[in-house]
Amino acid sequence: MDYKTIDGLKYTKKHEWVRLEGNAAVIGLCDYAQDKLGEIVFVELPDVGAEVLAGKSAAVIESVKAVADLYSPLSGTVTEINEELLDQPELINSDPYGEAWVYKMEISDESEMANLMDKAEYEKFIVEEEEK
Amino acid sequence: MRKSKALLFEMSRSGRQGYSLPSCDVPVKPLEQIVPHSLQRSSDLDLPELSEVEVIRHYTELSTRNFGVDTGFYPLGSCTMKYNPKVNEEAAMLPGFAYMHPCQPEETAQGALELLYNMEQDLIELTGMDRFTLQPAAGAHGELTGLMLIQAYHRSRGDNKRNKVLIPLSAHGTNPATVSMAGYEVVQIPCDDRGLVDLEALKAVVDETTSALMLTNPSTLGLFEEEIVAIAKAIHEAGGLLYYDGANMNAIMGYTRPGDMGFDVVHLNIHKTFATPHGGGGPGGGPVGVKERLIPFLPVPLVEKNDNQFSFNYDLPDSIGKIHSFYGNFGVVIKAYTYLKMMGAQGLKQASGDAVLNANYLMNLLKKTYYLPYDRYCKHEFVLSARPEKKKGAGAGDIAKALLDRGFHPPTVYFPLIVEEALMIEPTETESKETLDAFAKTMEDIAKDIDRDAEKVAHGPYNTVVGRLDEVRAARNPILRWTKK
Repeated sequence: MDYKTIDGLKYTKKHEWVRLEGNAAVIGLCDYAQDKLGEIVFVELPDVGAEVLAGKSAAVIESVKAVADLYSPLSGTVTEINEELLDQPELINSDPYGEAWVYKMEISDESEMANLMDKAEYEKFIVEEEEK
Repeated sequence: MRKSKALLFEMSRSGRQGYSLPSCDVPVKPLEQIVPHSLQRSSDLDLPELSEVEVIRHYTELSTRNFGVDTGFYPLGSCTMKYNPKVNEEAAMLPGFAYMHPCQPEETAQGALELLYNMEQDLIELTGMDRFTLQPAAGAHGELTGLMLIQAYHRSRGDNKRNKVLIPLSAHGTNPATVSMAGYEVVQIPCDDRGLVDLEALKAVVDETTSALMLTNPSTLGLFEEEIVAIAKAIHEAGGLLYYDGANMNAIMGYTRPGDMGFDVVHLNIHKTFATPHGGGGPGGGPVGVKERLIPFLPVPLVEKNDNQFSFNYDLPDSIGKIHSFYGNFGVVIKAYTYLKMMGAQGLKQASGDAVLNANYLMNLLKKTYYLPYDRYCKHEFVLSARPEKKKGAGAGDIAKALLDRGFHPPTVYFPLIVEEALMIEPTETESKETLDAFAKTMEDIAKDIDRDAEKVAHGPYNTVVGRLDEVRAARNPILRWTKK
């Protein structure tokens, strides 16, 4: 497999990752997504305190090829945003699972976690996407 | 190969002049007596100092670097880069039109008003709508105007809960931005495996919050939405309206009409379909047509005809107002009207027929070499995927650069988003079989080059004035102004 995934993270079909920390979650963009988008040139972040809904756009990622929405994997309230990305959007290309986390949130509906994939499921999903 | 040349500023030599002014024949006053000190510039102007011939050579050389439909094949998908007949320019330059003033009294501008009126009548016939405004300056402007009309319509009925606009994934690229600009929420509709709007998915989200569906038909995949009647029924039954994005009107002229398909609002891109110049920022024209129930909301003024006299009608109390100064890009309307009259009804129908024939011919040549994800008859354009080539090391963007090296304008790349590594190709009706064959042969050569040395293709172009540009730096840190070192 050509795309990096990380143990312990949860994943969505839109290629966002989630790191669960109790009732909080850290959200970012997967390696697969950054590779498909190409070089990232701009990131628009949500406001701290904003309500986000699962499956709805929470951030905007712009690359030399396209502008894409980052869909919130879960519903809840944004508690912190990664302002580093405003100056260094390229972090998403170089370190999508680390330095380039996008926002942190407080989860309002834990049942939504059932919709997320674990590493093995996500890897299988990527392979299927690639074979399409 | 010609390489980048110096800027005028860099060519400047102190004291060199391209003019000589006669000596001043009025008394010279000190600057302080005319302009207060606080308003005087304190830094140097740094204007370039050059002779006339240096400036002329500079700009003449730059002008030879233009690529346009007058210099070569320009298959930019969704843009309809057809040839722009020069007679259109002649008509727009007729002194009676060119030297008019927009504030001239109506009775002295009857010819211009008649042209606007006749243009509207022709667009009505071609689209099956009831009235048009010719004001919008281009497609996206037309879209915004259209959504404002739809909004005004719903509000006039006290129907204020409609805050969503549905857009298929295969829609024209400006639609989602228009929806946001108009204050609506975008709801995306997926495509089925034929590349058409997924009717069931559409039905599942249509409700009393649906303001409109924006549809491009044929879509950006170049495919005709065969179920348009059922789509229209689903939207109308829920109280929503249908918006037709006319970006792809060049495929259907004289064969079918948006008005007959059930659309309530239509915009046309006259700079695409009706052969007025575009690319490089316009000016364009995006007339918007509506069905009867939306007429009261149209921008003012409309042109009316009474007893063979033409006049502006500003008496529309529910109008959304003006959306362009005066009457829109009048010169562009003259050119488009000339095109319509030169072509005639049969000519327009043939243009669409030939555009579709050319696209299908080229598609069938290219699908021998490239992957065609939606392999069915197309309309005026089709979308290839360079995904297999990308895996070899050179993707859609690299193929585009390789085409530049070989004297062709590339197709649209990386759009529509539903096709990975998309190459969206629209040859238009004005290209000959020989041109299409030459383009197909070039695309085959590029595919062979990728098999042989993808790395080399991925670093092109090599024959252009500038090579591979740093797109990332251009986007993140653009240098838009010359500053003296």
